[in-house]
Amino acid sequence: MTTADSTKTPPTSPLPPFPIVLRIKRQDRPDAAPYWQTFSVPYRPNMNVTSVLQQIQSNPVTANGEKTSPVNYDAACLEEVCGSCTMIINGKVQQACSVLIDPLRAKCGNAPPPPIIIEPMSKFPVIRDLIVDRTRMFENLKRIKGWLPIDGYYHRGPGPKVDPQTQDELYDMSRCMTCGCCLEACPQFTKANTFVGAQIFSQVKYFNLHPTGQADADERLEAIMGEGGITDCGNAQNCVKVCPKDIPLLDSIGWSGRAATIHSIKKFFSK
Amino acid sequence: MSQKRVIVVGGGLAGLSAAMKLAEEEISVDLFSLVPVKRSHSVCAQGGINACNEVARQQGYSEWEHFFETIKGGDFLANQAPVLDMARQAPKVIDLLDRIGVPFNRTAEGYLALRLFGGSLFKRTHFAGATTGQQLLYALDEQCRRWEAEREGGGRITKYEFWDFLCPVRDDHGRCVGIVAQDLRTMQIRAFRGDAVIMATGGNGLIFGQSTMSVICTGSAAARCYAEGARLGNPEFVQVHPTAIPGEDKCRLMSESARGEGGRIWVPRTKGDPRPANDIPEEERDYFLERLYPTYKNIVPRDIATREIFYICEQGYGVGGEGNGQMVYLDLTERATGIKYEVLKKRLGGILEIYEKFVGVDPLLEPMKIYPAVHYSMGGLWVDFEKDTRPYEQGGGGMKEGDPKNQMTNIPGLYAVGEADYQYHGANRLGANSLLSCIFAGLFMGPCVKNYINNVKEGGGSASDVNASIYEACVKDQQKLMDKLLSADGDQNPYVIQRELGQTMSDNVTILRINKRMKQTLSLIEELKHRYQTRLGMPDGSHWSNQTLSFARSVWDMLLLSEAITKAAIARDESRGAHFKIPDEYETRSDIPLDDRAMKRDDANWLKTTLATYVNGQCELSYELVDISLAHPEKRDYGKTTDHRTLETQ
Repeated sequence: MTTADSTKTPPTSPLPPFPIVLRIKRQDRPDAAPYWQTFSVPYRPNMNVTSVLQQIQSNPVTANGEKTSPVNYDAACLEEVCGSCTMIINGKVQQACSVLIDPLRAKCGNAPPPPIIIEPMSKFPVIRDLIVDRTRMFENLKRIKGWLPIDGYYHRGPGPKVDPQTQDELYDMSRCMTCGCCLEACPQFTKANTFVGAQIFSQVKYFNLHPTGQADADERLEAIMGEGGITDCGNAQNCVKVCPKDIPLLDSIGWSGRAATIHSIKKFFSK
Repeated sequence: MSQKRVIVVGGGLAGLSAAMKLAEEEISVDLFSLVPVKRSHSVCAQGGINACNEVARQQGYSEWEHFFETIKGGDFLANQAPVLDMARQAPKVIDLLDRIGVPFNRTAEGYLALRLFGGSLFKRTHFAGATTGQQLLYALDEQCRRWEAEREGGGRITKYEFWDFLCPVRDDHGRCVGIVAQDLRTMQIRAFRGDAVIMATGGNGLIFGQSTMSVICTGSAAARCYAEGARLGNPEFVQVHPTAIPGEDKCRLMSESARGEGGRIWVPRTKGDPRPANDIPEEERDYFLERLYPTYKNIVPRDIATREIFYICEQGYGVGGEGNGQMVYLDLTERATGIKYEVLKKRLGGILEIYEKFVGVDPLLEPMKIYPAVHYSMGGLWVDFEKDTRPYEQGGGGMKEGDPKNQMTNIPGLYAVGEADYQYHGANRLGANSLLSCIFAGLFMGPCVKNYINNVKEGGGSASDVNASIYEACVKDQQKLMDKLLSADGDQNPYVIQRELGQTMSDNVTILRINKRMKQTLSLIEELKHRYQTRLGMPDGSHWSNQTLSFARSVWDMLLLSEAITKAAIARDESRGAHFKIPDEYETRSDIPLDDRAMKRDDANWLKTTLATYVNGQCELSYELVDISLAHPEKRDYGKTTDHRTLETQ
């Protein structure tokens, strides 16, 4: 095999080789003050933000020529399916791997492109640089019993039949990669409160729609009826705009809200 | 009941399957992962999971067929007993996945939908869109979360996410009794006791620079066991997937399901044809896999497709360059497939999005440009099995159920499973068998590990009785190593060393192998090791969440594995599965057809498993015979026509 470079299709209109300038908000420790650093990386075609960060790793020098430490960031799959590399790029929460450099520059014509601004997500505690702590998202999955309560793993034959329409609906929701975009964009979700956010409402619907999941359906609804639950949703609808997997989050929020209401009415009358 | 615990390292499909099965067997599990387990590399698997099913069965398929396809797909190098069990249990694995809620695609009536995949003429691949790995991983993750939070009071599984495995801990009898690991945030190093340790740590694609693997797939965990005496099996076998999109940071996979669903591979009949793909008329296209393999067509196994793509590009027909293009077209347009846009959108959505997002073109409207990329490590930690000696007809021929030897490395108490082990795929893995091998073996080994920890010989007892000084000594050693790395002040950036390694490995140790070039690679590895030891520089001195430090450490591991891979590849003087070897004297003779230039498979000398052992800082090779008691090697050409005509003369 030869190197990947030789196989690249040259861009149709040659882009000016301005270097890629990144302004990155860094933070050494959770309790330290954040600071900004600027980096300048030689341009190559077909780069994404991740490959620019990789260049900084191999040559950790700021645009002023000062030696610094490589920028720390979470990354794994680099194909927008693992949810690791969520960060705020030019003001928008998204995955670093799927933000391509060429389209950003194409907008600038022949002028030098403005720096790309990169910040860690603001709704989660910063661990270091662009790494944040999203434990809360996973803990909330426990709160809503995010699993199917099957008997055990010995063979018992197939699961219940599912019609293709339901499968379609389930599949859309099961692509949630716990990336945190919906929560970062949500005005109700803050570091200080316990709001669970769109991610969780969608998962409640996901498990409650499944025939086996129905066994725990009421408990899931209870879990989103108290503090931090569905009534705290302000209906800003930012979540659905930033979801990289186009999960129909508004449907999930509406569905969970209705289900919770019906559940509380039923409870009231059965007292 | 004693408080016995098992440590699972790695939270992909294999690790999670093992953890949840052990939890069900009433064993407490400590699960370690570099990332939240939902972000493990299994999430990238796309196409599906194989199993004999009732429809295929009525068309003449069977578990035996699945077994034989897998063995033949692996060019007869896989051990047969474990593969037989995998094929036999596959339908039950699918049932379990169905029960835990994997949203498999459905037929109109609500049954599990099926698709074609490489190396089989039967539809036996179950799938969830083109994100099957993600869906399986999430369902298993959910089951493990239930054990963490609720089931049996919770706490049966304890997760340690953002922890890096540093080394196994062995007692005076040589048994593995725990691990040393590092918290990737606090950078604290500490030991954990475990009555058995399961390595489910995946493959090593990062060794080759850009691969389809996640950036966490360094192979370090396996290398750290290798450095402590665990053998590697067939390290030289590395799958190069025929269809990926090249990228600066990684190569992104375009699933084999694209071909299973009707996608066709072609090149223009004219070298360097400058026209856009859609403007090239049908009669000026060479659907070369269909021409060469009239029976299997585009769904020949990956090694075959990759080899043919390599050859057609070598002859100058590749696209994406003038006469030296390395890419070919993978065509999913309705014009080529005869399948409607909406139908493919639904069945392949996940990969179509990836292509569109990263290349900016809708692959259902314009043929994709794809290229072979390193994808899967067939080799890995050597593991044992105990054979069920009953005859095949009586259910024997596979592994003895519950035997503690199954999936155990040569270090007692240290197990390996999933892509980290070597045993299910031989010299080439069939598509949609990896998810199966991970989950099957993870579940299957539960009772085996349980029996081991309940019957430990030589001193018996549990890890909780082992003298604390053994653990303390290991922690001390690891701390010393980290301190040394942290204060390294040379001029060699660890990322640069890794990049250099990746370049030489991908240039010289992938599809085509020439001893002369691999020997040069071996010397370069030696040089890189020397530079690492004498001139490494650590650009980050932080004692908090220091990714560079962890990476620098893994560079050494990658160097060790590269050495084993390259040495074993040089020694194996034949072509088998994923690799073909060209004698040095034919290095530049691309005028000779590849089939005539390449060495043949040599069963008389090379139908054996490579064992790589790390002895006194050196990789030593030895061999053991492959178990071929069930199926004998046969010709493996998938009905290739003997037509060597060049394209011009057709």
